[in-house]
Amino acid sequence: MMRKLGHQKHYYLMLLPGMVWLVMFSIVPMFGILMAFQNYNPGAGLFKSQWVGLDNFKYMFQLNDSKTVITNTFIIAVGKIVLNLLIPLIFAILLNEIRSMRYKKLVQTVVYLPHFLSWVILSTIVIGIFGYYGVVNTVAGMFGFDSKLFMADSGIFRQLLIGTDVWKEFGYNSIIYLAALTGINLNLYEAAAIDGANRWQLIRHVTLPALTTTVVLLGVLSLGNVLNAGFDQVYNLYNPLVYSTGDILDTWVYRLGLQNLQYSLATAAGLFKSVISFVLIFISYRLAYRYADYTVF
Amino acid sequence: MVRNTTLGSRTFDIANIAILGLLLISCLYPLWYTFCVSISDKSAANAGLVTIYPIGFSLTPYKEIINDRLFFNAFWISIQRTVLGTSFSLLMTVLMAYPLARPKKDFKMRNTFMWILVFCMLFNGGLIPWYLTIQNYHLINTIWALVLGGGVPVFDVILIMNFFRNLPKELNEAAVVDGAGPWSILFRVYIPCSIPVLAAVALFLSVYHWNEFFSGLVLMNTSDKYPLQTYIQQLVVNIPVGTNLTPEQYKKLSELSNRTLNSAKVFIAMVPMLIVYPFLQRYFVSGIMLGAVKE
Repeated sequence: MMRKLGHQKHYYLMLLPGMVWLVMFSIVPMFGILMAFQNYNPGAGLFKSQWVGLDNFKYMFQLNDSKTVITNTFIIAVGKIVLNLLIPLIFAILLNEIRSMRYKKLVQTVVYLPHFLSWVILSTIVIGIFGYYGVVNTVAGMFGFDSKLFMADSGIFRQLLIGTDVWKEFGYNSIIYLAALTGINLNLYEAAAIDGANRWQLIRHVTLPALTTTVVLLGVLSLGNVLNAGFDQVYNLYNPLVYSTGDILDTWVYRLGLQNLQYSLATAAGLFKSVISFVLIFISYRLAYRYADYTVF
Repeated sequence: MVRNTTLGSRTFDIANIAILGLLLISCLYPLWYTFCVSISDKSAANAGLVTIYPIGFSLTPYKEIINDRLFFNAFWISIQRTVLGTSFSLLMTVLMAYPLARPKKDFKMRNTFMWILVFCMLFNGGLIPWYLTIQNYHLINTIWALVLGGGVPVFDVILIMNFFRNLPKELNEAAVVDGAGPWSILFRVYIPCSIPVLAAVALFLSVYHWNEFFSGLVLMNTSDKYPLQTYIQQLVVNIPVGTNLTPEQYKKLSELSNRTLNSAKVFIAMVPMLIVYPFLQRYFVSGIMLGAVKE
């Protein structure tokens, strides 16, 4: 027992470097949140800047931009959450029906790949394909259609964002479903087939029920993402012509803060997002714990 | 599995193979297209004539890249950053995961530290406070801003902690009986038992460091300090942030870009990932499952 207590100081020692890092790079910046309640002046610093209460928030919500940006963020994020749950589910079920192991393996290997490429790389490629001189316009031209500026069309920009995101992630997101599918007892299929079930009925009554818990759990856990529309993707694909439908909270905060140097306003907008996301993640973890017995730690 | 040979079932099989084949092509084609543009004749590529095979043949872009000092510089910064950042984060992660994997009776403050970690994972001060903090530490324009930025990935700490907790308790007890202290238990018993998991986490950390462009953009002031992704991002997204852009101007801008050269750069930037990918594949299934399933 004495020896075990003696171990404790070593435990503290092991935690020390990581905790120092967390304090320096995670906790210290949290105090910067105070800027949201100040008229921050970089020359005066956090201690001497003038306090303005909730003025930054009031001003922010008066701006038309804030409404546009919050709506866009919400629509894009929810679209991504829903389709990133459903498309991989359908893909996993289809893949599960393939009988040739080699074909299955080949498909898996290829569709996981885009997940590992950055949005910087992929957006260059997306612009190459959907741009004015891209393949889509070239092929459309062969059928007599006029070239269009897809990347500058605010009417389809959200669909483009959601679509390309689903394309990048569907393979990778299906891994978790495929893992759940390997847990199905093959005897279930056999028994159902002997009872006269056809292919569709096998999928409907054996495959799908095995996946419902996973879908529900993933759905609940993604609740915290309803304000995460994906900075990297949007930043690399958007341009001023599609701000009306494609500008999101994160890109807005970036432009306000680091390009227009409106530190206080940008911090307020960022805090708005952080607080809402925090509350939602907290709720989602509680729900996941209560209904699926899922714990993070 | 039962063979079902009705007509409907066979039609479904064929349709299914075709659908998955299309998805497979949709993931390969964009990479192939980029490669084709990069080796095509410049005027053909700029006019958008390339579709499924290169038109003309020219290695000019690749020759230009060989003489591009900034490109290689950025490539080298990315390599340094990936190696340093991954080692740093992995060490921090393992050192934190072990004490936190101890039961509460062995380590009284365990739950307190755990709550601090989870709070740091779920809440953050946002972009501006983060930027000003790094600026206060005088890390702007140094590679340490990029290396330390990844720092302690709390999610990975929790992942490895859970793995450590699922190792048999007897491992720990036997080592204590043999007189081993916490450091030798961690480095001689726990780490050797967790090599596959640690490899998976290391690979994911290195993918993160290789792909990350934003801190390069914000924390580096001069282009000779940019990591590769930021360098590439700067070539492609050179659209002015002014609000009065018209569609006509946007069209002009896209005419100006050097498509063959940009494609060649993007393609070279993809190569390291394509090389690592087969190794990654061995690990990522176990990696993602670790994050998902708990006792």
